[in-house]
Amino acid sequence: MMAANRQMLDQEPSEIEMLLPFHAAGTLSARDARRVEDALAGDPELARQYAVIREEYAETISLNETLGAPSARAMQKLFAAIEAEPERKPSRSVRLSAKVSEFFARMSPRTLAWSASLGAAALLLQAGVIGAVLMSKQTSSFETASLSLNEPSSPAAPITRDLGVSAAPPRALVRFAPEARVADITALLDNYQASIIDGAKGGMFRLQFGNKAMGKDEAASLLSRLQREKIVGLAVATP
Amino acid sequence: MQVLYGRHHVRVFRFGLRLVRDEQIAEDLISEVFLDVWRQAGKFEGRSAVTTWLLAITRFKALSALRRRKDVGLDDETANAIEDTSDDPEVAAQKKDTGEALRKCLTALSPEHREIVDLVYYHEKSVEEVAEIVGIPENTVKTRLFYARKKLAELLKAAGIERGWP
Repeated sequence: MMAANRQMLDQEPSEIEMLLPFHAAGTLSARDARRVEDALAGDPELARQYAVIREEYAETISLNETLGAPSARAMQKLFAAIEAEPERKPSRSVRLSAKVSEFFARMSPRTLAWSASLGAAALLLQAGVIGAVLMSKQTSSFETASLSLNEPSSPAAPITRDLGVSAAPPRALVRFAPEARVADITALLDNYQASIIDGAKGGMFRLQFGNKAMGKDEAASLLSRLQREKIVGLAVATP
Repeated sequence: MQVLYGRHHVRVFRFGLRLVRDEQIAEDLISEVFLDVWRQAGKFEGRSAVTTWLLAITRFKALSALRRRKDVGLDDETANAIEDTSDDPEVAAQKKDTGEALRKCLTALSPEHREIVDLVYYHEKSVEEVAEIVGIPENTVKTRLFYARKKLAELLKAAGIERGWP
């Protein structure tokens, strides 16, 4: 259908004609834009109308651009009104999520990453425990021990095969200061030749110092030194 | 809020000004619009663009302001008389400045037509977005714009400007 052949004032516009302004403004879907492009290519009258539309488009922008901007008064009025608004109490769920966010926000990103890694390590340990328990039901030479900190009657012991080692190296439960960075923690572990063997339950990590047993005094001295470290919030001896 | 205001206040102001045709009222309007946004921020579900949401609120506020203005006896004609200090379309046409005549005729469109032309051309809103802002079916958006353009052509013709369409 050629747009030129119609008396546009008297007839209903075609779908394509009605889409032309939106095509000029670039707000059509790719499919409609293609339809319009095809129609424009084959209908000179439609193309002429499109040229008129582009002129209208440009002048509408020009007209609006001459309207200027609001004065600072509008902004002052708005922010004064916002100031005067009663304080809105967040909902309980919002408060809870804010608390959670605050907790994580207190940790540096790297500490957070460390905690996540340690969490993953703890999961692996748990998997090991379960596996070992299953194995222990069969005749074997494996021994397992729970790592739970909540079972005083069953002191925690490392997951290890019973290789006949009777004296264990000293261990401590350590809580790092919230501002502790991963680099600081790594340096501390190096200095003490320590490794994290469990954590982070209640924010506490179980550290083991070296691979050999220590005398009572030596272990106490090491713990005392550890407690004085800036990045250590709490350090207590643990089996 | 400052970022949102900084990014959108000019467009909101211009859209409002084109509807209410009074700078003072348009300024009051944007304070009201952004205050509403502040109050209703939780209700914004992100299903439409922020500008679509803002323009819909602005339109609602502008129409309320126009109704209030009519209540105090200041009708559209009076408002036009206050604002209209430049040449009329005929004079502009005599100056052989089609662009100026076009702008003049765009100003002379009815509020309904002005609104749809501005939303599509200046605010670059799609059919769907205009339908959402104005609260009319999508087909009505297309036909209303077509007839707004036809009216514009008539105004230009009356001013002695032929553009080859319709």
